[in-house]
Amino acid sequence: MALKMVKGSIDRMFDKNLQDLVRGIRNHKEDEAKYISQCIDEIKQELKQDNIAVKANAVCKLTYLQMLGYDISWAAFNIIEVMSASKFTFKRIGYLAASQSFHEGTDVIMLTTNQIRKDLSSPSQYDTGVALTGLSCFVTPDLARDLANDIMTLMSHTKPYIRKKAVLIMYKVFLKYPESLRPAFPRLKEKLEDPDPGVQSAAVNVICELARRNPKNYLSLAPLFFKLMTSSTNNWVLIKIIKLFGALTPLEPRLGKKLIEPLTNLIHSTSAMSLLYECVNTVIAVQRHVPSFQLCVQKLRILIEDSDQNLKYLGLLAMSKILKTHPKSVQSHKDLILQCLDDKDESIRLRALDLLYGMVSKKNLMEIVKKLMTHVDKAEGTTYRDELLTKIIDICSQSNYQHITNFEWYISILVELTRLEGTRHGHLIAAQMLDVAIRVKAIRKFAVSQMSTLLDNAHLVASSTQRNGICEVLYAATWICGEFSEHLQEPQHTLEAMLRPKVTTLPGHIQAVYVQNVVKLYASILQQKEQAAETEAAQAVTQLMVDRLPQFVQSADLEVQERASCILQLVKHVQKLQAKGVPVAEEVSALFAGELNPVAPKAQKKVPVPEGLDLDAWINEPLSDSESEDEKPKAMFHEEEQRQAKHRLPEVDEEELARRREARKQEQANNPFYIKSSPSPQKRYQDSPGVEHIPVCPPYVRLEEERRHRQRLEKDKRRKKRRDKEKKGKRRHGSLPTESDEDIAPAQQVDIVTEEMPENALPSDEDDKDPNDPYRALDIDLDKPLADSEKLPVQKHRNAENAKSPEKEDVPVVEKKSKKPKKKEKKHKEKERDKEKKKEKKKVRSAPRPVPVPVCALELGIRDNSEYTGHGDSESRQGAKPSKHKKKHKKEKEEQPKDKKRSRKKLLGSEEAPGEPVQNGALEEEPLPVRGTSLMIALLLQTYSVQGSLQDSQVTVSIILENLSGSVLKSMELSVLDSLNTRMARPEGSSVHDGVPVPFQLPPGVSNEAQFVFTVQSIVMAQKLKGTLSFIAKDDAGATHEKLDFKLHFSCSSYLTTTPCYSDAFAKLLESGDLSMSSIRVDGISMSFQNLLTKICFHHHFSVVERVDSCASMYSRSIQGHHVCLLVKKGENSVSVDGKCSDSTLLSNVLEEMKATLAMC
Amino acid sequence: MIQAILVFNNHGKPRLVRFYQHFPEEIQQQIVRETFHLVLKRDDNICNFLEGGSLIGGSDYKLIYRHYATLYFVFCVDSSESELGILDLIQVFVETLDKCFENVCELDLIFHMDKVHYILQEVVMGGMVLETNMNEIVAQIEAQNRLEKSEGGALG
Repeated sequence: MALKMVKGSIDRMFDKNLQDLVRGIRNHKEDEAKYISQCIDEIKQELKQDNIAVKANAVCKLTYLQMLGYDISWAAFNIIEVMSASKFTFKRIGYLAASQSFHEGTDVIMLTTNQIRKDLSSPSQYDTGVALTGLSCFVTPDLARDLANDIMTLMSHTKPYIRKKAVLIMYKVFLKYPESLRPAFPRLKEKLEDPDPGVQSAAVNVICELARRNPKNYLSLAPLFFKLMTSSTNNWVLIKIIKLFGALTPLEPRLGKKLIEPLTNLIHSTSAMSLLYECVNTVIAVQRHVPSFQLCVQKLRILIEDSDQNLKYLGLLAMSKILKTHPKSVQSHKDLILQCLDDKDESIRLRALDLLYGMVSKKNLMEIVKKLMTHVDKAEGTTYRDELLTKIIDICSQSNYQHITNFEWYISILVELTRLEGTRHGHLIAAQMLDVAIRVKAIRKFAVSQMSTLLDNAHLVASSTQRNGICEVLYAATWICGEFSEHLQEPQHTLEAMLRPKVTTLPGHIQAVYVQNVVKLYASILQQKEQAAETEAAQAVTQLMVDRLPQFVQSADLEVQERASCILQLVKHVQKLQAKGVPVAEEVSALFAGELNPVAPKAQKKVPVPEGLDLDAWINEPLSDSESEDEKPKAMFHEEEQRQAKHRLPEVDEEELARRREARKQEQANNPFYIKSSPSPQKRYQDSPGVEHIPVCPPYVRLEEERRHRQRLEKDKRRKKRRDKEKKGKRRHGSLPTESDEDIAPAQQVDIVTEEMPENALPSDEDDKDPNDPYRALDIDLDKPLADSEKLPVQKHRNAENAKSPEKEDVPVVEKKSKKPKKKEKKHKEKERDKEKKKEKKKVRSAPRPVPVPVCALELGIRDNSEYTGHGDSESRQGAKPSKHKKKHKKEKEEQPKDKKRSRKKLLGSEEAPGEPVQNGALEEEPLPVRGTSLMIALLLQTYSVQGSLQDSQVTVSIILENLSGSVLKSMELSVLDSLNTRMARPEGSSVHDGVPVPFQLPPGVSNEAQFVFTVQSIVMAQKLKGTLSFIAKDDAGATHEKLDFKLHFSCSSYLTTTPCYSDAFAKLLESGDLSMSSIRVDGISMSFQNLLTKICFHHHFSVVERVDSCASMYSRSIQGHHVCLLVKKGENSVSVDGKCSDSTLLSNVLEEMKATLAMC
Repeated sequence: MIQAILVFNNHGKPRLVRFYQHFPEEIQQQIVRETFHLVLKRDDNICNFLEGGSLIGGSDYKLIYRHYATLYFVFCVDSSESELGILDLIQVFVETLDKCFENVCELDLIFHMDKVHYILQEVVMGGMVLETNMNEIVAQIEAQNRLEKSEGGALG
């Protein structure tokens, strides 16, 4: 063995390391591939050796080769071997290789689970860190499921370095294993207030990423984020939060109002461009407040005028967002935007192009398009040219060709565009040609003449294979010439053009259209000739067909072949009849009789469901057990709502239905744009912030009635407005109000034929969401308490059976407000001092940097490091630093008995600030005199949650134990003094005085979670249980037995479980009359009603049954089945809560607790 | 989210390729090539954002890049990232490299790709920004280097 080792290390001296490999590749420039394949062979040999160092070296080289494009998946197993090396050096190499090459399809990946778990719990923070980093790149659904719990524990690690990584990776875990979101969310939320700015920023990052996809589930976090926004000085965090608010405000208009002030302040005060920009963006999204909106537009203009191209670009980008809602504000900057069209920077030109969409009017359309056409000629890259092309078409066709006064001009433009070489957008042009020719009757003659010229030049278009994109135009040209052949000047000529042999080189689908339209044309020529009694000419045409059609019959394309042979036979038959002198034209034309009308794209979808047909009804009753499966409580809030909606449907009486139908019909009749496939942005804007936006459900019948009335009024008003608008405009045009309606008479009488729709079409404009969207799985209601079935798979400990329902804690965030602001102020001052120091330092440092001098940094010497993001970030970190030092200091001191008391109090202080409301089942630690002598009891009973479950009146208490000391804690036992009412569930056979063992040990700095089950008899009163945690602390000096006392507080609210209740059931419950009543009133509340409700839901486990204005009914159910109904009303500055409950004591206790919560608002 | 971080030189030779979403190797190479061609034709004094990469992302994605001497640093990000923020992040990354390699130049990246990855791992993790404070990043890297040294380095 020893010999082998020696031999191994000698061998190694001859191995290439990464540097040698790189050097070798550089020296073999001519035969690089050969050299590399040689190296791969060597690597394969090295991987066969037992020496881990050799293997690691080989894997490191493979990682390099992977970057060069070589597949290294064959070495996956060796990579895992290196990952499991005990040395950090090798482990890191292994994880790097894995992160670069592993993916969901890697089959050996499942072998890594245990190794990763081991590394995650390694005592070395860098082993853990490297495993987290690696895992973040190759996490699979299986890994996510198996490791979710381990990672979640790491979120409370003592080292911020690990905490921030664990927090970030949770996002990946959520994506792969959505079930973990709900159990992990409370802790994630907690991390928003982590003392370490890095962890905080990571948590903000993750939540923003989550909320971006499903914003409505995160509305309840708005107050917390609002607090962060007004307190944080870290620009990175601020940017994320402000972006998040941009996504939230459309869902909760009241939020916008609150945001305006702090955002405007930031806009005025910040020097960081990035922050300013994001503020502007969010204010645009809020778009309610006129003065601040104008401020934003002003700021944007400044950005666009800036010489920094980056700012210019972003300014235009933001402008395009305004365009959607306030086209007028953008139009006033037309000069600036047109100017940007001439910018040398393509990105900027593209952005300016986007804006043009809103700039055009009847007056300037031609001028703008002309300008764009010159750009098309000048453009170099095809991407930009294609973009120009689509923009021209977009601009012209917007809102039903609203701005086009002269369609002849438009057709000419389209024809001109066909001269573009190598564009991908031939089909777009074709679609426009067809659309215009079909819908604008007056233009057909002109269109047909243009199209026939196109066909005539078809050899030009189709000559080069490279231009196959543009040949799509021929599809349109042929069809138009065929369909409207009566307008052709020289049909015979066109027919010949369509039958040219060149045509057979076109793609099959175009040839097919050729064949079909040749017949149309033939039919019309035949008719002409027969009417003119030119039998010979007619026969000549037939002969031409018989001669030329066979070239299509031979086509490889089935469609072409089939059509051609069919038609050929037909024409041959016609020829025979012609020979006999029978007039045939009538019959041939009859093939194409009737007019084709355009049908709206969504017509099929909008066919109304016939009365009496219930699409949701079962045709056959489903089997009973499959039904029960359906009934299983699923976390999707979404579904719940749907079910509720369905449930409610029958409530609407027949009369109401009839009335609505009538109203719909009327609206339809009055609105020519009703059938338009996409509502114009303006229209959407009008609709969205209406009354309907606030969710309302029915039982307060009177209020409901009122609401409907209001809605009706609103609708009428809107309808009237629309009607007025129509009166003004001569033509039917979209509702996008651009420049004040100028009266430019169209060049020709244009009637746009509207698309056909089924009778009594239903409005169904909702765009179906992509069912494959991975983020949909994360659309999960986070405010609902966890159900048993939702726990994360935990590695089982032997003793874990008694902890029956290991629900993850639904931890209410303990807010540590009281201290924070002061700290922040201090930080701020420190910062300012630091700022100056730092500036000096920075200058010195950046000066002597050699080779890679950043271009921008040089120009903008003052802006230095964070040229856009400003200094906030690094400073806040610096501000935080001293405190970190202090903490460390404290920890060191903990070893000394002197400081025991103080540091312990600190622990407490950080847990619960004085004056906080008592949380659900909060655990109170009491600073008792310390009994141990040599060692500080540094166990932190961190979090707690009491969760009731409906079975057997059992509640589960989750406790997070964190070891803050330097010793290993073993044999932990939790004993609780049972009360008559509440008992702890102990393993069978143990007596009342025995403790329940905690199923794990705690190495220093580690935290873990334990769960204990209690049985409760009466739940109408809050309970406090005294308990002791005993454990053995073991360090180098020996082991000591220690104790820690605590109190468990079971609040009444913790016995309540959030149970959804439908409004009708709720109403019935209230009517039943066997509920006792009680009420409270709290004054001096400034919090918004929404937040208030959220608080009640969160802290007291209620769900909102219905909400109307500032009045809401709420419901919850105790674990013993008591119904608790609340009516919450908000006045000016006060809130009153009326409650009804089947048990009066429970009610008064719950209300008392609620009073305490509300008093904090 | 950041979808990819690419570093290549003025000739399009990759120096660091880090994808946060799986692509087969040949597609990765294609993306690098395409990105290189997109970036190459841009002057130094125009904006640092561009759209239109066909292989990666979609309309939600943007390329944000900076050009330093012989190297291009390109980040492909979606709309949840602040454009200016990412520009600063690139600067932080490069300055960190500069600190860790003491006057970094292209050769450092060529011969120490692994180390560059380790540095990047402290800045961006799984496509999300992990740390933006340079001192913190450098401190963690140095601690890990010390750990490696204590183990006797890669040859030990």
